[in-house]
Amino acid sequence: MLEITNLHVKAGGREILKGVDLRVNAGEVHSIMGPNGSGKSTLAQVLAGRETYEVTAGKVTYQGRNLLEMAPEERACEGLFMAFQYPVEIPGVGNTYFLKAALNAIRKARGLEELDAMDFLTLAKEKMTRLEVDDRLLTRSVNEGFSGGEKKRNEIFQMAVLEPRLAILDETDSGLDIDALRIVAAGVNSLRSPERAILVVTHYQRLLNYIVPDFVHVLVDGRIVKSGGKELALELEAKGYAWVEGEARAAAPATA
Amino acid sequence: MREGRQTVTAVVHEVDRYRESFARLEAGAAAKGWAWFQPVRRDAMARFADLGFPTVRDEDWRFTNVAPIAQTAFAPAPDWGITPAPRDLVPFEFPGLAGSRLVFVNGRYAAGLSSLGPLPAGVTVTSLAQAFPAHPDLLQAHLARYAEYHQDAFTALNTAFVEDGAFVSVRRGTVLEEPIHLLYVSTQTPAPVITHPRNLIVAGEDSQVTVVEDYVSLGDGVGFSNAVTEAVVGQNSVLSHYLIERESPQAFNVSTLRLHQGRSSSVTSHAVLLGGALVRNNVHPVLAGEGGDCLINGLFLATGRQHVDNYMKVEHASPHCGSRQFYNGILDGQSHGVFHGRIIVHKDAQKTDAKQTNRNLLLSEDAQIDTKPQLEIYADDVKCTHGATIGQIDEDAIFYLRSRGIPKESARGLLLFAFAGESLQRMKVEAIRTHLEALVAQWLPQGAPLEDVR
Ligand SMILES: Nc1ncnc2c1ncn2[C@@H]1O[C@H](COP(=O)(O)OP(=O)(O)OP(=O)(O)O)[C@@H](O)[C@H]1O
Ligand SMILES: [Mg+2]
Repeated sequence: MLEITNLHVKAGGREILKGVDLRVNAGEVHSIMGPNGSGKSTLAQVLAGRETYEVTAGKVTYQGRNLLEMAPEERACEGLFMAFQYPVEIPGVGNTYFLKAALNAIRKARGLEELDAMDFLTLAKEKMTRLEVDDRLLTRSVNEGFSGGEKKRNEIFQMAVLEPRLAILDETDSGLDIDALRIVAAGVNSLRSPERAILVVTHYQRLLNYIVPDFVHVLVDGRIVKSGGKELALELEAKGYAWVEGEARAAAPATA
Repeated sequence: MREGRQTVTAVVHEVDRYRESFARLEAGAAAKGWAWFQPVRRDAMARFADLGFPTVRDEDWRFTNVAPIAQTAFAPAPDWGITPAPRDLVPFEFPGLAGSRLVFVNGRYAAGLSSLGPLPAGVTVTSLAQAFPAHPDLLQAHLARYAEYHQDAFTALNTAFVEDGAFVSVRRGTVLEEPIHLLYVSTQTPAPVITHPRNLIVAGEDSQVTVVEDYVSLGDGVGFSNAVTEAVVGQNSVLSHYLIERESPQAFNVSTLRLHQGRSSSVTSHAVLLGGALVRNNVHPVLAGEGGDCLINGLFLATGRQHVDNYMKVEHASPHCGSRQFYNGILDGQSHGVFHGRIIVHKDAQKTDAKQTNRNLLLSEDAQIDTKPQLEIYADDVKCTHGATIGQIDEDAIFYLRSRGIPKESARGLLLFAFAGESLQRMKVEAIRTHLEALVAQWLPQGAPLEDVR
C-alpha cells in the first residue's frame, strides 16, 4: 500500500530525514517510535503533503501512485489521513461545516453521493457516541479553544467519519489520560481491517498496549535504525532510546 | 516657490467650480420653500471655500489623497436622465424583507421606484425634499445641527448643496420592526456627476428603527456620492444603521454618519464596503447622554487599485457609556486600506468603556493597510483598549483543511469567509445579513462557500 524508498527531506535549510525506507502493506499496523526531534512528524507531514518540507531525494509510492506528486487534498481523497500532533485552530469555521465539507469532497472523489445535512448529522452523532466525544464540539469552531485532549479526540473523530485507507497518527496519544487513551485506541482498532493500514507515530510504548502493532520501527536522527515486532517497543521502553542510538552509532559508517 | 504658487492656484480653481454651481443652485432652491435653510447653505459654502479639499498634510487625511476627487470637474446631477426600470433594481432587493424602500436616482428621490409599506402611526418616512415643506419644525430643529460642516470640507460641501435624501422620524415609544432601505442608484452619465445625499433620522424617546443606506451603480460611470447622514437617537431608543457601498469600481464615495446619542440609547452601525475606487467612510457617534452604548462594526474588502479609508471618531461626552469598534479588512491586488480609529473621552465622561479592534488580512504583496488608533482621553476613570493586527492567510489552516480533502481554493475561500464572518455575524437582521453574506462570497476568490460555515 505504501512504499517509502530512500526518502531525504529538508526543512529550513537542514536535512531532517536522511534516507528513510519503509514498506506498509494493507492490513498491517506499523509503529514508528523515536526520540524528540528525530523526524517523526516530518515524515508524517511529508506523507500528508505539507509543502514547507522539501523532498530532496527518494520515492514514495501509495497504492501504486507517486504520492509526492499528489496535492494534499488529492491524497485525502485517495484515503490517506494524518492525525496532527498539533491540530490547527480555525476560528469562524464550524466543526460540522468543516467535516461535512471534507467528507463530501472525499465521497465525491470516490464517486459516492454527497451527504445532506441530516444524513451527515446522523453519521456524526453515531461516531461521536462510539468515541465518547462531547457533541458540543460539533457546534464550535474547528479546534478553537479545545483542550489538548479534545483536539486529539477530534482528530480521531474525524478519522472515524472519513474512514481512511491509510491512517497516520502523529502522537495522538500524547497528553491523553488513560480513559481517553482507551477510547482513542478503540477508535483506531475498529478501523483495523484487511484493506486498511495504520501508521502509529508515538513517543511512548503505552499506546501500543492498546493498539498492538505488527511492526515497530525506531527512527533516530532521520533514519530508521531498527525494526522489529511488537516486542521491540517493550525493549525500547525498558532500555531507553540511548540503547538504539548507541547501536546505531556503532553500526553506522564513519562519516567524519 | 513656483511650486507653492501653482498649488494655491489649483486649490482656488477646485473650489471655484463649486462656487459657480452654488450660485445656480441657490437661485433655484430659494424658490422651493427652503428659505430658512439658505443661511446654513451659505455658511457651509463659505466654510468649504475656506477649507478647500483636504490634503495628506491634514492629520485626518494622512493616508488618503483626495486629489482625484478634487481635480474632477463633476457636474450636478441632471434633472432629466434615464430612469432605471424596476427590474434593474431587483438585484438590490433583500429577499424576505418587507419594509419600505426609498430609491434615489443620481441623488433624487424616485417615487415611482420606491415603495412605502404600511407604517405604524408615529412613523414618517419621506424624501428630504418633501419633508422640507411638510415637517419644518423637525428639520429646523435637527438638520445640519450635528454634522460638522465647520470642520469637514466634504460635510460642508454636502450641506451647501443639499437637495434631497431621506427623512425618517419615529415618534416617542414607537417601534418600527421592518428596516427602511435607502437605495442610492448612480446611473451611467455622459459626464461625471456629483450627488449630495443627505439623510436625517430622528428617533424619539423609547423608539426603535433600522435604516439601511445602500449605494449602488448601474453601469460604470465615474460618479461621486458625497453623503451625510445625521441620526438623533433619543433617550432609551435603539437605532441600527447599515451602510453598504457597492458602487462601480470607478466611483467615488465619501459617507459621513453622524450619530447623536441620548441617555441610555443604543446604536449599532454596520458597514460593508466593497465597491468604489476611492471610498471614505466616516463614522462619528457622540455619546451625549449617560449610559449610552454603541457598536461600530465594519467589513471592507478591496482589490485592484481600490482605496478604502475608514475614519472613526467615537466621542464619549457623558459618563457610563460604552463603545465597541470592530473593523475587519481584506485587501488584495494593489489596494490600499485605512483604519483610523479615534476615541475621544471628554472631561466628564467618567466610567467610559471604549474598545477598538481592527484586523486585516493582506492577500497580496502589493496590498497595503494603514491602521492608526488615536486615543484622546481627558477623564481619569476610564477603560480604553485598542488592538490592530495585520496578517496573511494562515497557511497551517489551509494545509489542515486540504489534508482533509478540501480543495485549495475552497480552503482559502473558507478561511476568508470565516474572517469576514466575524463582522457579518454581528449583523442581526437576518435578511440583510444573508444578502450581504452572498455579496461577500461573490467577492471572494472562487470556491467561497455560500452557506453558513459556522
Ligand atoms: N519547518 C521546519 N523548519 C525547520 N526545522 C524544522 C521544521 N520542521 C521540523 N524541523 C526540525 O526538524 C527536526 C525534526 O522535527 P520533527 O518535528 O519531525 O521531530 P519529531 O520526531 O516529531 O519530534 P517530537 O517527538 O518532538 O514530536 C527538529 O529538530 C525540528 O526542529
Ligand atoms: Mg513530532
